[in-house]
Amino acid sequence: MDLGLVAQYTMNGLMLGMMYALVAVGFTLFFGVLDVIKFSHGDVLTVGAFTALASFIGLQSIGLSSDAVELLAMLVAALGAMALLGAFIARAFILPLRSAPALNTLLITLMLGTVLREAVRLFYPDGANPKPFPRLLPADSINIGNFNLRLDNAILLTAGALVIVGLQLLLNRTKLGLAIRAVAQDEETAKTMGVNFNAIVLITFAIGSALAAFAGLMNGLYYNEINFGIGLYLGVVGFSAAIIGGLGSIYGAILGGFLFAGLQTIGAVALPFASAYKDVFAFAVVIALMAWRPTGLIPEKLSERV
Amino acid sequence: MAISGNDGGRSLLPGAAAVVLVTVFLIILLRVENQKAIIALLALGIGAVIAANRLGLLKPVAHSFSEREDALGLLAIVATFAVGAVFHEDHFVLLLVCTVVLYTVATLGLSIQFGYAGVLNFAGASFFGIGAYTAAVLSQHTAVPHLLVLLIGGLMAALIGSLLLLPVLRTRGHYAAVVTIAFALLFKTFLEVNDVLGGPQGLQVRGMTILGWSFNDNIEIGGVELSFYLNYFVMSMMIVVLAFVVVRRLERSWIGLNLDALRLDETAAGCFGLNIVRWKITAFLLGNSLIGVAGTLHGMVVGFVQPNNYTFADSLVLVSILLLGGIGNPWGVAVATVIVVIVPEKLQVIQEYRFFLYAALVMMVLLFRPEGLLPRPVRRYFPGWRP
Repeated sequence: MDLGLVAQYTMNGLMLGMMYALVAVGFTLFFGVLDVIKFSHGDVLTVGAFTALASFIGLQSIGLSSDAVELLAMLVAALGAMALLGAFIARAFILPLRSAPALNTLLITLMLGTVLREAVRLFYPDGANPKPFPRLLPADSINIGNFNLRLDNAILLTAGALVIVGLQLLLNRTKLGLAIRAVAQDEETAKTMGVNFNAIVLITFAIGSALAAFAGLMNGLYYNEINFGIGLYLGVVGFSAAIIGGLGSIYGAILGGFLFAGLQTIGAVALPFASAYKDVFAFAVVIALMAWRPTGLIPEKLSERV
Repeated sequence: MAISGNDGGRSLLPGAAAVVLVTVFLIILLRVENQKAIIALLALGIGAVIAANRLGLLKPVAHSFSEREDALGLLAIVATFAVGAVFHEDHFVLLLVCTVVLYTVATLGLSIQFGYAGVLNFAGASFFGIGAYTAAVLSQHTAVPHLLVLLIGGLMAALIGSLLLLPVLRTRGHYAAVVTIAFALLFKTFLEVNDVLGGPQGLQVRGMTILGWSFNDNIEIGGVELSFYLNYFVMSMMIVVLAFVVVRRLERSWIGLNLDALRLDETAAGCFGLNIVRWKITAFLLGNSLIGVAGTLHGMVVGFVQPNNYTFADSLVLVSILLLGGIGNPWGVAVATVIVVIVPEKLQVIQEYRFFLYAALVMMVLLFRPEGLLPRPVRRYFPGWRP
């Protein structure tokens, strides 16, 4: 196989990996602070992508046509709205069920995911069909041998990497990050040290959901199409990536995301029938990985106490 | 109130009255076509249940169901047949009733997994679909007797389910959930891209024939034309009664006790020498085969199968039924299935919104009444014994 094609596949894999990693980081953050899995996370991504699309259409209708301004507005709208939605979900559905069995939290977030997904399908105009997503990034490309590096892809990848670095800095260098890590490590002690537990939980959910919205926007800009089901798919894959990397570990989640994308890309290249069975293969990998390493390659921070 | 095994008449009456009232209500609901009248009826029904609850009328009903379950079970069977008899020539209603009955079987299977053993399964509709596709393939390409097809459908669901055993056994809680969710998504995508199984268009299923008796011909007895769905109705009733008895016996037996122990505290159950792996496998496979049998017959009743009938959303509907009815209570499951299947079919306005509404409803249930509409009663170790 020639080098250009390899580079093409690598680029594609990296892009997928970045999206998976962003979603997986959200799962890992939530698990860190509350020990819960929010199954509606993927669908928050869908709603984020559709919010971006809606705000684009809104801007178009008032006659704005500068790509950069539109993109910025979409980014602000999607991230802001999803941060609010995430905090609301934590406040209304997850915190009240803290003392209930873990199954109830699992079920309520699963059902919430369905509500969000169906709401997009039913209430977004013609939401049942795939919607075209605008191309807002410069589509120029640089040819290096057989490989053409598209500028928009490069921008997306860089932006994704910057977001992850930013999150790292936020968690490791700021007081807020310290509080989040404190709550994740030991809720009781964090409370006694004067950390406002509820506020930190809400902020964490807001951050995680904004990351999902970013991934949704990335997904839209990369494929130029979104539909109401993308979140379900990215949610399951992102969750698996978070598990592979060991829930609760940010680095693990990022690693898991890229690992999963790598596996998928290799699968797509190596298996001749894989193009049609791409998603089947992805889910089979999820199941196989769960069978092989039920708690991930990097184990959870603490083993379950009996 | 004196509670003993033989205060017969008094404890039977409230339950019997409830069954009769519900049956009459159902018959009226199924008969009415006018959408406004249906809304009024449903509002009336909800109002009546709330009022009965406020007036304390539901307690005696629950009591009589736990005291005289066998008699009331028989009455419920008679009542369902009465519904079938009233609508003996109405194809649509009979199809609906068959669907309710078969969904009840499927959710009974699910409640063995969720309710007793605590094994999560978010791919119920997929196993239902495995049964239906088995029916389609076998009835088109082979001459396997159709009663045997039912069994094979159940076996296939168990067999394919056993592929998931390793991950399901090795994982717990949310990890186990993601395994079955991934399977549900995999199953639907697989069906859509697989040309042998008809792709997105699906396959036709031949109707059932037993010993030359074709289920898809209308019946005529003494000049009265009966809908051919009545055949399927009787068949479904046989299966649901069997499934109900199996589930009820299982729950009361020492196996049920083991499963309960397993669900409540896996570690403690293991410490007391219960073979956790064995009981999890039993519950998972038994549940799947019940779902599979129901799916097989449902495929034959409907006459065609397609991937869109067996999506993840449908699996979640099955789970919703379980949660609405009260996890682990077969009667609750039956009532919830009636509500969940019939209401959107009768009330055309909400048909499109059903996944949305059920999910929202389940969220409300989880927030405000986590034990479901009819909570599972405390296990009774002796007749007449009260905790």
